[in-house]
Amino acid sequence: MNEWLWFFGKVGVVLGIIFTFAPLMTLMERKVSAWVQMRHGPNRVGPQGLLQPVADLVKLVMKELIIPGKTDRALFFMGPVLAFIPPTLAFCVIPFGNQIGDQKLQVANLNIGILFLMAVLSTGVYGITLGGWASNNKYSLLGSLRASAQLISYELTLGLTILMVVMMAESVDPQVIVGKQTVGLLSWNVFGGGHWWALPAGLIGFVLMWTCALAENNRLPFDMAECDAELVGGYHTEYSSMGFALYMLSEYVAMVMMSALITTLFLGGWHFPFLTDPADTSWLGGIISVAVFCGKVAFNLFVYLWVRWTLPRFRYDQIMQLGWKSLLPVALCTLAYLAVGGVLFEG
Amino acid sequence: MASSHAELRPDQALADRDRIERAETDLVRNALVPGSFRERIRRLMVALYVPNILQGLAKTLEVMFRKKVTLQYPEERHIPRKGYRGEHRLKKDAQGRPNCVACYMCATACPANCITIEAMEAPWPDRDKVPKQFTIDLLKCIYCGMCEEACPCDAIELTTTFTQVSTSREEKIHKIDRLLRDA
Repeated sequence: MNEWLWFFGKVGVVLGIIFTFAPLMTLMERKVSAWVQMRHGPNRVGPQGLLQPVADLVKLVMKELIIPGKTDRALFFMGPVLAFIPPTLAFCVIPFGNQIGDQKLQVANLNIGILFLMAVLSTGVYGITLGGWASNNKYSLLGSLRASAQLISYELTLGLTILMVVMMAESVDPQVIVGKQTVGLLSWNVFGGGHWWALPAGLIGFVLMWTCALAENNRLPFDMAECDAELVGGYHTEYSSMGFALYMLSEYVAMVMMSALITTLFLGGWHFPFLTDPADTSWLGGIISVAVFCGKVAFNLFVYLWVRWTLPRFRYDQIMQLGWKSLLPVALCTLAYLAVGGVLFEG
Repeated sequence: MASSHAELRPDQALADRDRIERAETDLVRNALVPGSFRERIRRLMVALYVPNILQGLAKTLEVMFRKKVTLQYPEERHIPRKGYRGEHRLKKDAQGRPNCVACYMCATACPANCITIEAMEAPWPDRDKVPKQFTIDLLKCIYCGMCEEACPCDAIELTTTFTQVSTSREEKIHKIDRLLRDA
């Protein structure tokens, strides 16, 4: 009985984190864009515009759902759902806090968590591909084709980058990866995970991870799936009302997921020096650690917006060139450096 | 536009000029010799992407904390500078009589032909004519201020009122009683 209570509690917290950050992101997207352009942004609905997502949702629900003729109806409806499930599912192996008592704050304590996560994340491409294909629209098809090519190219580098972290932590268990980063600021994987010789590899890996994260989530400067400028709206051109809303939501959930992943892999998970103590398994310590985790995720989400409003878009061939000719070799070299360094310095 | 700006705020115009000059000398001073060490470093930075991206991120972060330029319209209102050319007004003298002597100078000067004047004999001995009707079609008006410049009696003036809301075309044609209204 107690086990079930804990389980549902943890699922509740994870869903709470996702569904607090995702709508907030739709607001912050507009707020940050406004700030970068020296404007105020939406500030009429609720205090400082905080209730804007609610108004947006009501608007989307009220809209007519238009299903174009000659679509594959089953796939057309599966598209948004398939886009939404993987990022939500992947969240279950992310440790979102220190343990309370003997309960680890992680929905599913898998010892192959990282492998599970990569497997689930790579299925995220189906949502976009099927949505674009089932729409029976040339723009959508082009958008989804571009997106799938881009996702596959960058997943390669993403996998190698995650492998770097696995090598630094010597484990594929997210609990262990975070656990090894709880010694201090320098034990974070972005600074080499406590190995002085791995510091450059950590920094390079962090930059690679961010680049791949932006590409994986189809965020600017890599928004090839949508590219409003040339493909109308890309893969979700034909979606309206809640279908569109679900696509948008899944995009933001994927961003929350990726932010949580970056936090876990590189930024020490729920740990922050002097704020959390891995030995402290009390309720208070647990709650503080969850708050620290949320703070880091929020910062990462801000970086998404920050990058979006700083960098111009890449052209499609430039994206492919960057992915295959720059990022992949750099990732392979860094991986080789880590392997050799591990043997030389750690014995 | 630039000259009126300088007239209104000479200190600002001078500061602007100084800043542009300083930026130009900086550009000349920082120009890199091709093949020099500094030029190679800069080319390396461009090739590495990341340093330049960080520079860009720092810039956008700085802009985020700047003062917002948006006016929250219904609550905050734009206060036009002196010399703004908005809605027209006919001035009155100390006794409350219109300054206008119906000389047709403004109607003649108007490039949009939006002023129609109908004169009548003046009831006062100090002038020959006064306007019986003075109509400005604001739908035709281009707010150039030529009428104001042409007027020999300082009778017509463009005020700073820029919110001209109306629900019909007729409302946009201002008759003499509307124009003589006190500001």
